[in-house]
Amino acid sequence: MEYVLSLAPLFIKMAIVVGILLLLPLPLTWLERKIAAHIQQRPGPMRVGWHGLLQPLADAIKLLTKEDHIPAQADRMLFAIAPVVALVPPFLVFVAIPFGEPVQIFGTTVTLSLADLNVGLLFILAASGIGVFGTILAGWASNSKYAVLGSLRSIAQMISYEIPMGFSVIGVVMLANSMQLSQIVAAQEGLWNIVVQPIGFFVFFVAGLAEAQRIPFDLPEAEGDLGAGYHTEYSGIRFSLFMLAEYLVLVFLAFLNVLLFFGGWLGGPAFLPPFLWLFIKVGFFIWVFMWLRFTFPRYRYDQLMTIGWKVLLPLSLLNILVSGFLML
Amino acid sequence: MEREFFLLLSGVAIISALLVIVARNPVHSALALVACLVQVAAIYILLGAPFLAVIQIFVYVGAVMVLFLFVIMMLDVRKEAKTRYLKKAAWPGLVVLVVLAAELFVLLMQSAKIHTVMGPGLAITEQPSVEDLSLLLFQDFLLPFEVASVILLVALIGAVILARPDEAVAADKPQNGGRR
Repeated sequence: MEYVLSLAPLFIKMAIVVGILLLLPLPLTWLERKIAAHIQQRPGPMRVGWHGLLQPLADAIKLLTKEDHIPAQADRMLFAIAPVVALVPPFLVFVAIPFGEPVQIFGTTVTLSLADLNVGLLFILAASGIGVFGTILAGWASNSKYAVLGSLRSIAQMISYEIPMGFSVIGVVMLANSMQLSQIVAAQEGLWNIVVQPIGFFVFFVAGLAEAQRIPFDLPEAEGDLGAGYHTEYSGIRFSLFMLAEYLVLVFLAFLNVLLFFGGWLGGPAFLPPFLWLFIKVGFFIWVFMWLRFTFPRYRYDQLMTIGWKVLLPLSLLNILVSGFLML
Repeated sequence: MEREFFLLLSGVAIISALLVIVARNPVHSALALVACLVQVAAIYILLGAPFLAVIQIFVYVGAVMVLFLFVIMMLDVRKEAKTRYLKKAAWPGLVVLVVLAAELFVLLMQSAKIHTVMGPGLAITEQPSVEDLSLLLFQDFLLPFEVASVILLVALIGAVILARPDEAVAADKPQNGGRR
């Protein structure tokens, strides 16, 4: 019994994190449409609720009641599990993300993370690396030319940008002498990493955009010119699971940007609890990602590959070299 | 608790390993292999080696298997996978299987002796750190590590040379076409 009780805080934390993550995409879709609308000088969704606030709920009901179509020649089992597989990695990543220093609640110390692993950063990169499997399964199981081509395109994009992304954080790890995210944040006391690692941040940010498949690297979603991508054959709730996964990747990239380069929960005004300060920073990054989407055009596929291999990769290697020399 | 988890993980690992060879569809085999590798990573965590587990996921699941699936999708090997390469391989196959099983059995029975040959290994500290591992790799066992990396580099160059189109053939073709 005591053993079960000792696990209780963990389960409560898990329930909170999963609940928030599942509901978060609803306001985010509204926010994205509103930002898009205001950038393009139009009001955006206005009809359902105040300023369209209930629009995401209406969309969710619409998606749930739509026909769930499976193509005749598809691999039915893989087709069905692909959206779920796509959803696993973004949830897995949040296991290792700390939301603040341990706090005192009712006299007991509660850590604001599910598991502050000592290989946290590596775990996060590995978990986001297996996000490719949802794309692979969806593209292959659909048994459609557009889906297979789109999925090959997305896989190539994701595995090419994973490499500069991994290399760009090595400078941060060198500065903090640890791969534990809470220690990386603690090492930024007084001086945020963005000041000493501007190249690392640039590479990480751009590679992150490509990993999240956001504009200017959103070829997997180019429905107008490339017939969309791996999810061409998906409809209804299964399609929305892919969208859910994509928004969660966006949120976790915003978290990583803040934790690795912008001091995490450090440096906030005294009246704000540190985790709220962290969420404000994360919100800012989510806003930047959405702002970029309606500012930049989409790159061509060969340009995408050139940027990944001939610009970002050498830059990230140079960053490691320079930080190594400066630290010596 | 640990024993139950080990039984669960190894059971699933063995079942998915079986599925790798039983499945008719190459994509299904590859996915079963992914499941198997994930179970092995979980067993590493159970053994108190989280770094190794994460590397296992990173390298095998995240890189090797993705490339496997990439190639399977590119070549569309559905038909080729169903042809039998060796027609009368059942009996020789059985013999090899028995020999391998016997070897494994002997190893299992003698596993206590392996410890005396290899030495007891390092004691696991409270939280095994990445620092210890890197010191081992880059200080104590630097030479084997460098040799391994050079061998990998050679394999890489070899693969590039093998995959490159034959230059002589490629250079001849347009000339011949021009003469005609």
